[in-house]
Amino acid sequence: MSRIKDMFKAKKAFIPFTVLGDPDFETSKDIIKAMIDSGADMLELGFPYSDPIADGPTIQLADKRALDAGATTNRAFRLIKEIRNYSGIPISLLVYSNLIYKRGIEKFYRDAKESGVDGVLVADIPFEESEEYTAAAKKHNISPVFLVAQTTTPRRLKEILKCAGGYLYLVSVLGVTGKRKTIEDATINLIKTTKKETSLPLAVGFGVSSPKHVKKLVSAGADGVIVGSAIIQIIERNLGDKKKMIDEVGEFVWVMKEAIVKGS
Amino acid sequence: MKTSTKFGPFGGTFVPETLMIALEELEESYLKLKDSKPFKDELNDLLKNYAGRPTPLYLAKNLSKKYSCKIYLKREDLLHTGAHKINNTLGQGLLAKHMGKTRIIAETGAGQHGVATAVVGALLGIKTEVFMGTKDIERQKLNVFRMELCGTKVIPVDAGAGTLKDAVNETMRDWTANIRTTYYILGSVVGPHPYPMIVRDFQRIIGKETKKQIMELEGRLPDAIVACVGGGSNAIGIFSGFIDNKKTKLYGVEAAGMGLNTKKHGASLCKGTGGILHGSMSYILQDNDGQIDEPYSISAGLDYPGVGPEHSMLKDTGRAKYVGITDKEALAAFRELSTTEGIIPALESAHAVAYALKLAADLKKDSILIINLSGRGDKDMEHAAKAMGVKI
Repeated sequence: MSRIKDMFKAKKAFIPFTVLGDPDFETSKDIIKAMIDSGADMLELGFPYSDPIADGPTIQLADKRALDAGATTNRAFRLIKEIRNYSGIPISLLVYSNLIYKRGIEKFYRDAKESGVDGVLVADIPFEESEEYTAAAKKHNISPVFLVAQTTTPRRLKEILKCAGGYLYLVSVLGVTGKRKTIEDATINLIKTTKKETSLPLAVGFGVSSPKHVKKLVSAGADGVIVGSAIIQIIERNLGDKKKMIDEVGEFVWVMKEAIVKGS
Repeated sequence: MKTSTKFGPFGGTFVPETLMIALEELEESYLKLKDSKPFKDELNDLLKNYAGRPTPLYLAKNLSKKYSCKIYLKREDLLHTGAHKINNTLGQGLLAKHMGKTRIIAETGAGQHGVATAVVGALLGIKTEVFMGTKDIERQKLNVFRMELCGTKVIPVDAGAGTLKDAVNETMRDWTANIRTTYYILGSVVGPHPYPMIVRDFQRIIGKETKKQIMELEGRLPDAIVACVGGGSNAIGIFSGFIDNKKTKLYGVEAAGMGLNTKKHGASLCKGTGGILHGSMSYILQDNDGQIDEPYSISAGLDYPGVGPEHSMLKDTGRAKYVGITDKEALAAFRELSTTEGIIPALESAHAVAYALKLAADLKKDSILIINLSGRGDKDMEHAAKAMGVKI
């Protein structure tokens, strides 16, 4: 059984996102450990990229901080390995295709598996371009995670479900990543309609930032909630005080996790 | 998708799921409209009476004499807004109108595509916003003013180096959030399918006209065509008229900047490797991990780390040859065309002129060589003067 499957079977999940190496590798490791210690159920880890077209300004800046601090694909995998040694928590990656393509698709997934990765979502690979990526993922026993958006038609969803594994990443907003004030009705509809078509767990992300959002999503049927920009803003706010940064991230994860437990 | 998204192994639709429906909608609308008579009539009327087509194919006599072969210039520089960009923005602007979109967005580097989009926005009465890197805004203030004069809002992009690549990223992000109301007019033969196809089709008119004109003037096809390549839209436009005639050699000229052996250039085809940028697979400038490099060129229109997927295919099949011209060589050609013919080319087009003159030295006496003069130099006066050490 896979870590992702087992986890979703047991509970509704709070899934914090952070960029590997933001603001630097040592601090990044401590941040991720704090997330785990505060009750994260799964990790969504981003590989920093120079041109992240699916991301809003918050995550763009995080990518830039990580790259400026010397992030490379090798170092990102080393960091994941250290996290894997620390915990058995499911780890899913969010990567842009060129980082995978340049390393060699097969090699990237092999390295991911060896580092302890359970799932990989390629942000800019729709099902049309996914064949080689999905094949490599399956070969190395990694779940190929796919995005489902408000704009995904029933025909597209059917095609996505033929390729997808692990869980579906529901994009809650029409747009890029970044904090939003409210959860749209369209998001609730997206959860309900997608649920009818698949038995895969549904994790909702993009724009989610408060315990209130989390409760709303979980009671609408989400199996997991992914929060990124809100966490990265904590990092951004506390660049001068790493201890405070790590404490605040831990506290935030704890509060959100509580909201999941109460909402389910 | 209804048509092939690929050019050999290149092209494709490497975008987040949210955008896919917009690309599907765009392809469907384009395929439906492109051959419809009302659409074609409207576009042809605008190309003729608004933009100034057909553009002349001019025999540069002084230059021809000096280099002892026949050098023709396809005068895209004479078009409204000063470059070939208007061929595409008129086409896509009409597409936006027919699709019922109420807002147009575009990216721009030097500002030429931005200006060509802004005038079309004004003409069609559609609200227009153009994303432009902060560094480019600083370098191209005149074009910013032009766009604003036409009622376009110029949105500064501060991310990255603040140049074209970053402006494309930001335009794609905006489009993702507004696909229902907004049409994205992409400025070159890059990006995800169907853009490389659509932009090429709207630029095909350059090749079509040139072919007809050279047959009338010389009764035969040219020996060589030379065009500059940033994203590659003017080059694909003129190449497309001659691609089936293997005797006409096709040359694409990239920005070699400070030199192809330095890191400071924009030569994706000469020096790049296969990868994915802005939604398609192509030759790109990247590091060993696949992070995109910052390109460099004296000309903002060639300052891009990728290139159209069709050019990548033409490189691999050998149908076209891609070469580099440095800043220095481009500036020399900029001066030479101005002094010998009284035609001041855009710095982008000066790259094509520079390579053509190198090529001319090796051609036989009665050879015919056509340079696609994609734009005029007015926009570059300040920049060129500075590079030549002249105070104005």
